[in-house]
Amino acid sequence: MEQNSLREWEAKCIQEEPPRCKAACPLHVDGREFCKQIAAGQVDKAWAVLCRTLPFPAVTARICDAPCKNSCLREKVGGGIEMADLERFCAENTKRTPPFRPLPPRGKTVAVLGGFLPGLTAAWDLAKKGFTVTLFLKNTYEAFETLPQEWLTVDIFKHEIEVIKKMGVTFVENSTFDDTLDEESLKNFDAVFADPIACSPENLKISTPSLTTLETEKKGLFAASQPEKNASPITLIAIGRKGALSIERFMQNASLSAGRERDEPFETKLFTNISKVEPLAPIAVPKNGYTADSAKEEAARCLLCECMECVKNCVYLENFKEYPKIFARQIYNNASIVMGTRRANKLINSCMLCDLCTEICPESFSMKNLCIEARKDLVEQGVMPQSAHEFALRDMEFADSEACAINRHQNGFEQSEWAFFPGCQLPASDPDAVKNSYSFLCDTLTGGTGLMLRCCSAPADWSGIVDLFDKKSTELRSDWESLGKPKIIAACPSCMETLHKAIPEAEITSLWSLLCLYRKNLNPVLPKSIPALQDPCSARHNEKLLADVRILLTDLGLEFTEPELSGLHTECCGFGGLLSDANEPLSQKVAEHRASKLDGDGITYCAMCRDLLAKTGKRCLNILDIIFPSENTDPAARTAPRYSTRRENRVRLKEQMLENVWKTPSTPRPAYEAIKVSYTEEAQKHMEERRILVSDIKKTIEAVQKTGKVLENTDTGHKLIYHRPVTVTYWVEYEMVDGDTYLIHRVWSHRMKILGGSK
Amino acid sequence: MSTLKVLDGEDFSSWKCAACGEKLVPKPIELGYLESRFKVELPSCPVCGLVLIPEDLALGKMAEVESLLEDK
Repeated sequence: MEQNSLREWEAKCIQEEPPRCKAACPLHVDGREFCKQIAAGQVDKAWAVLCRTLPFPAVTARICDAPCKNSCLREKVGGGIEMADLERFCAENTKRTPPFRPLPPRGKTVAVLGGFLPGLTAAWDLAKKGFTVTLFLKNTYEAFETLPQEWLTVDIFKHEIEVIKKMGVTFVENSTFDDTLDEESLKNFDAVFADPIACSPENLKISTPSLTTLETEKKGLFAASQPEKNASPITLIAIGRKGALSIERFMQNASLSAGRERDEPFETKLFTNISKVEPLAPIAVPKNGYTADSAKEEAARCLLCECMECVKNCVYLENFKEYPKIFARQIYNNASIVMGTRRANKLINSCMLCDLCTEICPESFSMKNLCIEARKDLVEQGVMPQSAHEFALRDMEFADSEACAINRHQNGFEQSEWAFFPGCQLPASDPDAVKNSYSFLCDTLTGGTGLMLRCCSAPADWSGIVDLFDKKSTELRSDWESLGKPKIIAACPSCMETLHKAIPEAEITSLWSLLCLYRKNLNPVLPKSIPALQDPCSARHNEKLLADVRILLTDLGLEFTEPELSGLHTECCGFGGLLSDANEPLSQKVAEHRASKLDGDGITYCAMCRDLLAKTGKRCLNILDIIFPSENTDPAARTAPRYSTRRENRVRLKEQMLENVWKTPSTPRPAYEAIKVSYTEEAQKHMEERRILVSDIKKTIEAVQKTGKVLENTDTGHKLIYHRPVTVTYWVEYEMVDGDTYLIHRVWSHRMKILGGSK
Repeated sequence: MSTLKVLDGEDFSSWKCAACGEKLVPKPIELGYLESRFKVELPSCPVCGLVLIPEDLALGKMAEVESLLEDK
C-alpha cells in the first residue's frame, strides 16, 4: 500500500471526526470528553478538559453561552446537553486547576491593543505560546463591566488577570487608542493585535481586515471588524484566538490561511446513529446551578457521539477491537515491515469479504477491498502464512479433481442450452439435493441441461492468489466452452459472483430464479414452524436473487420472518472470505452470533450458510429441503457433514451420477481407501477441529505399512505412526481390532518438518 | 546450534520402537519450518532414530512457533 493510498483509506473512516459539540464550539471545546468525565463524577478531570481549550477558564466557563447546544445530537432526542450550566458547575466545584505553563520564550514581542475579551484572549494564547506580550489597555477591569455577571464576580476576574500576568503579560494601563498607538507599536513590536472592541478599523485607519486571518494592509497588524453589540462572549474570545493564531503563523513565516478551514465552527462528518436512542429531556437546572448529582445525571445524557456503525454490526471488526481507520494503518504497517513480525496477518485473513461494512458505513469504507488487496500483497511478497488458506485450496483442488468433477451434456443430448453448476459445497453438504435439482431442471428445461460439477474457484479468489484464480478461470472457461457456452444455472450465490468474475461473457442465472419461474411445477413439503430467512452475504447485491427467493417462498405458501439485518444488509455465516480456515474460533463466533439473530429455525439458500449455522446447533433448512423433500422427516435437524464426509459425498455423487444418469463406470478409488478404519468419538472430534481427513489417516497407514516405522506403547498396546504426504505431518495413534481394522484413538498434526529424526 | 529442551519431565518410557524393540531415549533432533532450523531434544529410537512428537508439543509450543515463523 502506498502512503497516499493509506491517507485515502484513513480519510474515509469518520470515527475520529470530532463530535458535533466540538465542531460547533468556536473554541472547539471537547464537550463529549467533558460530559464523560462529569458523568463519571470526575470533576477535576472535566475541568482539565475545559482548561486545555478555554482562556482564563474560571471566567470563560462562567460566561459561556454554549452555542454548541443547538448542534448537540441530543437535541433530536430529548434536548441538547446543558453545557453552559455544566461548565459553571464544573468551575464552581473543581478542586484543582492545572498550572498554565507558557512555552519557553521565543524572543518575539507582541503588542495587544485593548483588554476586552478578544484582547485578553490574544494575550493569553500568545503568552502561552512563548511570545513576550505587552497589553495596552485603559483599565484592567474595564472588560469585567462588559461581561454577563450572573455567575461571575470581580474576584474571579481579578484572579484570572493575575494568572495572565504570571504568564508573563505586561499590562500598560491608561493607554489611549489613537491612530499613533498602532504605528508606534508596529515599530516597537514584532506584531500587533488590535482588540476590535477597543479599536475599530476606522480608528486604525485601515480597511476591513481579512475575515479568515484578521490580516490587515499594515504588515504585522492584525485586527477585526467591530463585533455586534450583543455578540456572544465565546464569539469574542474566538476573535482573539484567531488573531493569536495568525500572529503565530506570521512570526513563523508560515501561510496565514492554509489548513484553517476548521478554525471556525464547522460541520463534522461524524455520523452517530440515534435510531435506537430513547428521547430523554434535560435535567432542569436548579436556581443555584447543578448539584453533583444533577450534573452527573445531565452529563450522562450525552450520547458520547461516535460512529462505529461497521464495528457494531460486524463480529469480525469488533473482535479486533479497533475501527477501520486504525485497521488501515495496521495493514499499511504490516505491508511495510521488512524485518519483524507482521502483526496484522490475522486481521487481514479474518475478514469475511462480505461487504456489509460498505453498505453500513456512511462513507462506504470497504474492509473487503482493503483486506483482499492486502492478501494479494502478502501473496505477491511471498509472505502469506501458509496455514491460512491451505486447507481450503486443497479442498478446491479436490473438488476439481477427477474424483469429483463432471462436465457433460444432458444424457442423450449433443448440446447444452443450459448447464447446472451446483458448486462444490452443495454436493458436499447434500448430494441428494443436487441429484433432485438436476433431475428437475432436465425435466423442465428444453435444449439440454448439462452438468458442471466442480468448484467455482472462490477460494483462489478469496485467498488473493491472482495467478491461481486466472488459471482456474481459464479451466472454467474451457469447460464451459466445451459444452457450447451454455447458460449457467448456479445454485450458490458465491458461485454466481465468482463465475461472473471468471467468465464475464457467460450468461449466469440462479437456480433460485429458475425455481421461482417454474414454481407452479413444485410440490413442496412445508415446515411446521415459521422459519427465519438467512440471505447469504454473496446475495447482498443481487437484487433479482433476493426478490426471486422471496417470491418463490411466498408463492409456495411458506410463511417466514426476516432478521433485523437482511437482504442488502444481511450478515455472513462465518464462511465468507475463508474465515473458517484462517481463524476457526472467530468463524464459530460469527456463526453463533448470526444464528442467535434468526427467530426459530433458519431457512437459507446457501449450502455453507446452512452448514455453518447447523454446526452451532441451530436448526436450519435449505430451501431445497422443502422443495425436494427427502425421506428425512426433520431436515432442519440434519447435522453439518464433517470435512471427510463432505469429500466422500462429492466423490459418491460423481460415481452415482455417472452410473445412474450416464450409465458410465467411474474411475476406481485409490488403493488406500480399502484400509478398514474406525474411530473413537474423541478422535472424530479432533479430526474435525484439526482438519485431518480420513484420507490423510489412510494415506498415513498405507505409507507406514510399507516402511514398518511404528512406535508402540507397552502400557496401552497402542501404535503410533507418522507421515508427511504434503506440507503437514500427520500422527495417528491406533490399535488393531477384529484382526484388520485400525481403531483410531488420537490424531494430531504439525507443519514443522522432522529433518534429523529417522535415519 | 544449541539444543532446546521442550519436554521437561514428561515420561515416554512406555513407548518403544516396534521394529528395533528399543525404548525411546531423549536425543537432539533437527526440525525445520520455512527458513528456520532448530535442534530439539525429543524421544527417539537409539538404533533407527524414529522420533516421537507428542500431541501436546505439536499443538502447543510447536504450533506457536509455526505461526510466529509464518508471520515473520
